[in-house]
Amino acid sequence: MVVNCEHVWSEISNYLDGEVDPALRAAMEEHFKGCKHCTAVVDGARNVVQLYGDDRLFELPAGFSQRLQRRIAEQASSGGLGSARSLWMLAVAAAALVAGGLVLGNVAVFRQPDLRSALAKPPHGVPASLMVAVCDDGKVFHAPGCKYLHRHDDESPKMMTAAEAMRQGYAPCVRCLRQYLSVVECPRPTVARSSVGQSAEGAKFPVKQLSKIAAHEKS
Amino acid sequence: MGSLPRSTDIRVETADPVQLREQELLRRVLAGERKLFYELVKPYERRVYSAAFAILRNEADAEDAAQEAILKAFTHIGQFRGDARFSTWLTQITVNEALMRKRRNHSEVMEAIGEHQEEDGSYTPRDFADWREIPSEALERKEIRQKLREAVAMLAQKYREVFVLRDIQHLSIEETAEALGISRASVKTRLLRARLMLRDLLAPGFGGPWFGRLPFEKGSKPW
Repeated sequence: MVVNCEHVWSEISNYLDGEVDPALRAAMEEHFKGCKHCTAVVDGARNVVQLYGDDRLFELPAGFSQRLQRRIAEQASSGGLGSARSLWMLAVAAAALVAGGLVLGNVAVFRQPDLRSALAKPPHGVPASLMVAVCDDGKVFHAPGCKYLHRHDDESPKMMTAAEAMRQGYAPCVRCLRQYLSVVECPRPTVARSSVGQSAEGAKFPVKQLSKIAAHEKS
Repeated sequence: MGSLPRSTDIRVETADPVQLREQELLRRVLAGERKLFYELVKPYERRVYSAAFAILRNEADAEDAAQEAILKAFTHIGQFRGDARFSTWLTQITVNEALMRKRRNHSEVMEAIGEHQEEDGSYTPRDFADWREIPSEALERKEIRQKLREAVAMLAQKYREVFVLRDIQHLSIEETAEALGISRASVKTRLLRARLMLRDLLAPGFGGPWFGRLPFEKGSKPW
């Protein structure tokens, strides 16, 4: 078996990891004997692996461990739960609380202090325990699989209950969660005659934008 | 934090005393001895920090992300069942945390090495100078460590994260693939490129001898 330089370069990483078969390994070693360039490349790559594999490369900042221990202690004392049993009990307790709130008609469960979108309104019909998907830089929560879920290609959406999403300021998606929304209670901007329109909430929109909204609603 | 990696089976028993101690600690922490959690993560502090540093590329953000990741592991330790190693699980959480912060900060303003290269497994080294073995004592020198950290920080993210998990964290190819959600083949291809790009960046013929000026120092950008 004879290998050329390009073939050697493409296998150098596998060679260093011991992931090439014996025949190829022998052929590569034979090639190194007569090729200074490839020898330089493999030696250099080996140096890279050795240098970066050394624990001394990344030093912890001074005081890192002390700060970490303090934070863990704080978390533990504030009720950070560790065991699966505890988590299960927490989930049961949370479900009981939510259910209790629903029975009593306590709308405070759904009240949220700071909505991420100024135009959003708190929903009244989304079940608190419904699992929904959110994205960190988004403003809206969605049913899993909603095509309007905004996320980056390499990001998985976070899953949480609707109650938690609302607590964090997310508003429901008007497309995938429409069945739960009370349209009557959602004020919509109306088209104004002047150059600047005003919604029921006092938010101002340029006419162009309002026309777009109106057209979208008609469709 | 709904996307924490989950494991399903109890891990295979091992005779390695370090592993045995870790399993014992895990059992006790899961049974409620929360104060032992720091003992459990102590051996991995540096790993967690280096993973965060390699993604975020500055000390303050890396410390924040590393500590937050460890705290998340603490809070969600109940989700760890043990088919993967604890260290791999911790690394996955750290990588997720660091990537999330990086996206939030929109900090990738500098074009990185290899950003626009095709990922087809072919890479032509740019430098063929002989690189004699670097004595490991070199790492005692702060400026050398700094140069190495700067070099890895210059790689495009997809190469950097594979390189860090594989060659700095010593994760296996399978563990790296799992942590990043990519295939084994992608891990191998990106690792090859990362190693050769770093070799080119650090090779002595590419801008001065190794212990002198490095190619990415002021006035001599390799890209």
